[in-house]
Amino acid sequence: MSERQEVAEFAVKAESVCKSYGNVEVLRGIDLVAMPGSVTCLVGPSGSGKTTFLRCMNHLEKINSGRLYVHGELVGYREKNQRLYEMKDRAVCKQRTEIGMVFQSFNLFQHMTALENIVEAPQRVLGRPKAETTALARELLARVGLSAKEASYPRQLSGGQQQRVAIARSLAMKPNLMLFDEPTSALDPELVGEVLEVMLDLANSGMTMVVVTHEMGFARQVADTVVFMDGGVVVESGSPSQVLDNPQHERTQAFLSKVL
Amino acid sequence: MPEPTNEPPMPAPENARGPVSQPSRIHAVPVRHPGRWIATVFLLASGLVFVKSLTTNPRYKWGVVGDYLFSKPILDGVRLTLLLTVVAQALGIAIGVLLAVMRLSSNPVLSRGAWGFLWFFRGTPLLVQLIFWYNVSALYPTVSIGIPFGPTFVRGNANAIVTPFAVAILGLALNEGAYMAEIVRGGVVGVDRGQAEAAKALGMTHMKTLRRIVLPQAMKLIVPPTGNQTILMLKTTSLVSVVALADLLYSAQAIYARNFQTMPLLVVVSLWYLSITSVLTVGQHYLEKYFSKGSANAGETGLGVRLWRNLTTFRATPEAGKREAGTANV
Repeated sequence: MSERQEVAEFAVKAESVCKSYGNVEVLRGIDLVAMPGSVTCLVGPSGSGKTTFLRCMNHLEKINSGRLYVHGELVGYREKNQRLYEMKDRAVCKQRTEIGMVFQSFNLFQHMTALENIVEAPQRVLGRPKAETTALARELLARVGLSAKEASYPRQLSGGQQQRVAIARSLAMKPNLMLFDEPTSALDPELVGEVLEVMLDLANSGMTMVVVTHEMGFARQVADTVVFMDGGVVVESGSPSQVLDNPQHERTQAFLSKVL
Repeated sequence: MPEPTNEPPMPAPENARGPVSQPSRIHAVPVRHPGRWIATVFLLASGLVFVKSLTTNPRYKWGVVGDYLFSKPILDGVRLTLLLTVVAQALGIAIGVLLAVMRLSSNPVLSRGAWGFLWFFRGTPLLVQLIFWYNVSALYPTVSIGIPFGPTFVRGNANAIVTPFAVAILGLALNEGAYMAEIVRGGVVGVDRGQAEAAKALGMTHMKTLRRIVLPQAMKLIVPPTGNQTILMLKTTSLVSVVALADLLYSAQAIYARNFQTMPLLVVVSLWYLSITSVLTVGQHYLEKYFSKGSANAGETGLGVRLWRNLTTFRATPEAGKREAGTANV
């Protein structure tokens, strides 16, 4: 139990997390900590395991070895007498309600309006009354600047608007950790700014965020920690100025010379 | 080069008033479609010949058709055919959804069990299945409910339980369930995986994700083939005449076996099947419209309007183009 108290002070704590699909090792021992209220940006070439690692944090992927804690709790498992027990679907779902996730391809529910997308989970998962969730949804839509679009279906919205609704949808669950999986990679260049602005606002409000991104400018401006990953391991991590401006490792230097 | 002699002259005054830099509007000669005109003439001529024979060939005996169209045995037959269609199709859909969920389940026992059901009921002809159920009491003379290898609670005579109506429902519904399972599974698989993933990430359980997110979107893919299946079912019910059930076809057969008015009675039967399928088609259209909520073609124009437009569009007018552009956008 003392270990639990020790990890509880971290929003995310990973200890040599490994993940493989068959013979393909995607994560080869990731160690990482993120403090509550901090913004961590995961950067690196594609195939480096950033997205897989992010998906492990809300148990969309199962890890093969190591330990992964979110707010002091093991993700997807219970530990009792030195043994791990897989959690039931319902218990995993309960954990996920506290972790928001924003996807590269938005994944808004296509058969629901923007407002319905946002109220769905608070109503159906948390069982909150309709009046309360609707008021919250309107407030969140206003926060992402889309009050006028509450009755629009996802297909009627631009990519940037869809992603902002998706962020609002995650926030409606009042999560204490937000995961962003390349939130601007599927957007037209002129729409990237509006999404980053919402994320910046969110970071300033004190939300704990882990962001997989290729937006080095955003990482430099917002991140407390930048983590450079390659080949399934963390190559180096530190403050944006350390990692982005003064990279120590050869692979980091090679990657940054291509993207900056 | 086509000579634009037939075309109206360009409206010069309007052109003159416009800004200098703006090019004049294009008044091109539309592409001609002589094939459409040839096909029209040919089909109209064939149609007229057919209509003429319908009205002048005395052997159609329209009087007899009129006598029997609303006669009691025929109406009873229609009623039974409709009842069989509705009950068997509804049961078939329920069985299909259940089997599809089983096949998609991560539980290997459930998914293989569902596969086995499909393998059997899709692999044998419906007619054979119907006759098999009809004679099932030869295999199992008594039916009992109880705990396997344990005590029995109820015992009954199979012949009393498996009536012709029960045979028909059993045969049609089990067979339909096998086909519906594949349609439902196809619909579920057709929904983008990201939808279920987003629902999971929001903390929705497997069943809730299926019920609230995946199935409603799968409906868009499930409804059109299900409409097809329902129409097929309506016509397939005519097979139950082999188990001596007085459906529409069987009733007509019973009449022409006595009075030898075979053709007029088959016309009566066809008219009934045709009119019911027409009603079903319209129903399907509205169902599709309901489930296309939020999709690209949600604002489609009505069936009648589209039909009329297809029939009347012989050359692309600028107005038609504008209408299409309007509907494509939402």
